[in-house]
Amino acid sequence: MREFVQFTLGGISFGMVYAAIGLSLVLIWRGTRILNYAQGAMAMLTTYIAFTVIGHTGSYWAGFAVALAAGVLLGALIERTVVRPVENKPPLNAVVVTIGLLVFLEGVAGIIYGGQYRSFPAAFSITGLHAGSVPLGISLNDCFVAGAVLVAALGLAALFRYTSAGLRLRATAFNAYAARLLGVRVGRVLTLGWALAGLIGALAGVLVSPATFLYPASMDSIFVLGFTAAVIGGLDSPAGAIAGGLILGVALNYVGGYLGSNLVPIFGLAALIVVLMLRPSGLFSTTTSRQV
Amino acid sequence: MTMARHAGIALAAAVVIWVLSVSLSPFRDYQMADVAVYVVAIAGLTVLIGQSGQISLGNGAFMAIGAYTTVLLQLHLNWPLWALFPASAAIAAVAGVAVGAAAARLRGPYLAGATLLLAVALPSFATQFASVFGGDQGLGLTVTAPAALGATFPPTRWLAWVNAGTALIVLILLANLARSRIGRSWRAIRDDETAAALAGLNVARLRILAFVVSAACAGLAGAMLAVYSSQVSPGAFTLTLSIALLTGAVIGGLGSLAGALWGSLVIVLVPTYVTDVATSHGLTSTVAANIPVAAYGVVLIAVMILFPEGIQGGLRRFWGITPPTATTPFARLNSLRRRPPASEHQEEGTT
Repeated sequence: MREFVQFTLGGISFGMVYAAIGLSLVLIWRGTRILNYAQGAMAMLTTYIAFTVIGHTGSYWAGFAVALAAGVLLGALIERTVVRPVENKPPLNAVVVTIGLLVFLEGVAGIIYGGQYRSFPAAFSITGLHAGSVPLGISLNDCFVAGAVLVAALGLAALFRYTSAGLRLRATAFNAYAARLLGVRVGRVLTLGWALAGLIGALAGVLVSPATFLYPASMDSIFVLGFTAAVIGGLDSPAGAIAGGLILGVALNYVGGYLGSNLVPIFGLAALIVVLMLRPSGLFSTTTSRQV
Repeated sequence: MTMARHAGIALAAAVVIWVLSVSLSPFRDYQMADVAVYVVAIAGLTVLIGQSGQISLGNGAFMAIGAYTTVLLQLHLNWPLWALFPASAAIAAVAGVAVGAAAARLRGPYLAGATLLLAVALPSFATQFASVFGGDQGLGLTVTAPAALGATFPPTRWLAWVNAGTALIVLILLANLARSRIGRSWRAIRDDETAAALAGLNVARLRILAFVVSAACAGLAGAMLAVYSSQVSPGAFTLTLSIALLTGAVIGGLGSLAGALWGSLVIVLVPTYVTDVATSHGLTSTVAANIPVAAYGVVLIAVMILFPEGIQGGLRRFWGITPPTATTPFARLNSLRRRPPASEHQEEGTT
């Protein structure tokens, strides 16, 4: 029972990271109907930038801020340069381009930083918290991870709900053609969507790297699980991505805790297949699935 | 008629391979065996993507299945080479049925994501069940050239013959398949699934069949890889391998079997060349090893944006041959709309 509580609480912090990656995928999917396979690699690169800044300034928060800013810039830059030409092409072209981006960014990181595993600092203490004398299986930093993603998600929700930029984002996601007729500059809105996704992805990278170490492929497995979280939530629903991330994080932490950590990716695959077989449109999707 | 033409081309290719294998150095023979592995794997992938319109980022995982099948059968049952290859292809095909059944219900990005997860997840099996699969170290196997060729016969030339010969047979089979009723049905469901279903084609079964063919090719390629590198380890079947296969298929030209050869040559020869140049200019081995990876990325993006029909498409245009897939009139109508509606079925409302 004590183990069960520990695994549950520990799973929440990982789940919030999957949720953040899932959320960034949903942001891009809603706007452009493109699944950004480079999201994890972008987060890896911004985390390396944070690593360099922390090394030079000695301040964690300077690195944290620079990583988020770099995420915004990288997202916008990628949308403008390589994604824009394939936005209206067959879906396969966008898949290949973002896969190309994934290997390109990993190759660049390997050239600049080498392949060795580096330890990335945590914002707060990583020693386990106790309730009385009972260990909870989580640390202050885990609470920070979960809290930071929650704050970012609420911030996004407020942006979508209360600002005119958010209204344009929603209009474009709903029907880009009609939005354009009503005077929305759709191109700019799509760039903004990618920039926001870059921000959330960068946040996820900085938050998860103390637990995974930092190396060029370090975000691969985090990305595929974030993708699974987004699919569980339905790819269309930001709230669904958060819920999907939490469900997946807790479930996989049970697998890792009770059965062995090598099996986590296999069970992630199984979860994805089961969800796609039973409910291809996800658990929280609002649109119907396509039929033949 | 088609069969005769394909056999003729294959016979000419066999002569070229024989001349090359005899005249080239052992290292080049080894590279020829390597190219043959990629030709088989990329040909399988290009049929899947170009003909049936499905994508797989997980064919490296099927190669792993084929490679481990070969090693385990050789190690425990001491099967001969001619039996190992079909067995590996068959086991990978069975795995292809399982994945294809799931894949038949998935579209574009979902399918790519699920197969991506397969590529990331499968190598961890080898680590988890180390007693069977040898863990991170992997397993070794020994394949020797038949004694009839003489004691002084270079083993690399034998490997080049085995792999290149297998690749030729696979290319003939795939070329005939693409020209057959099945190939036409694949192209029909690729171009318009609903119309193909209304015309009486069993869309789900055809999509699964494409996956099975692609998986069998990948499994065979894995067996060839195991034989010529005489060992198998999970490190050889990372995501990078699956992406290298995709890169080869895209460079060569999706759907074209000749393109699979161009793609394989680029995938095998360019990284070796780039690494040599980089090391000779005093760059460290880490940098030199990562340059081809970054180059794969640049090539994937550039080819997709600038000339999506790849090398073979470029050659066809050069010779003035129109590709067999003419665009439908509807493609022009659709291009008048700036972007397709956000969701294909959004107009139908929610349920």
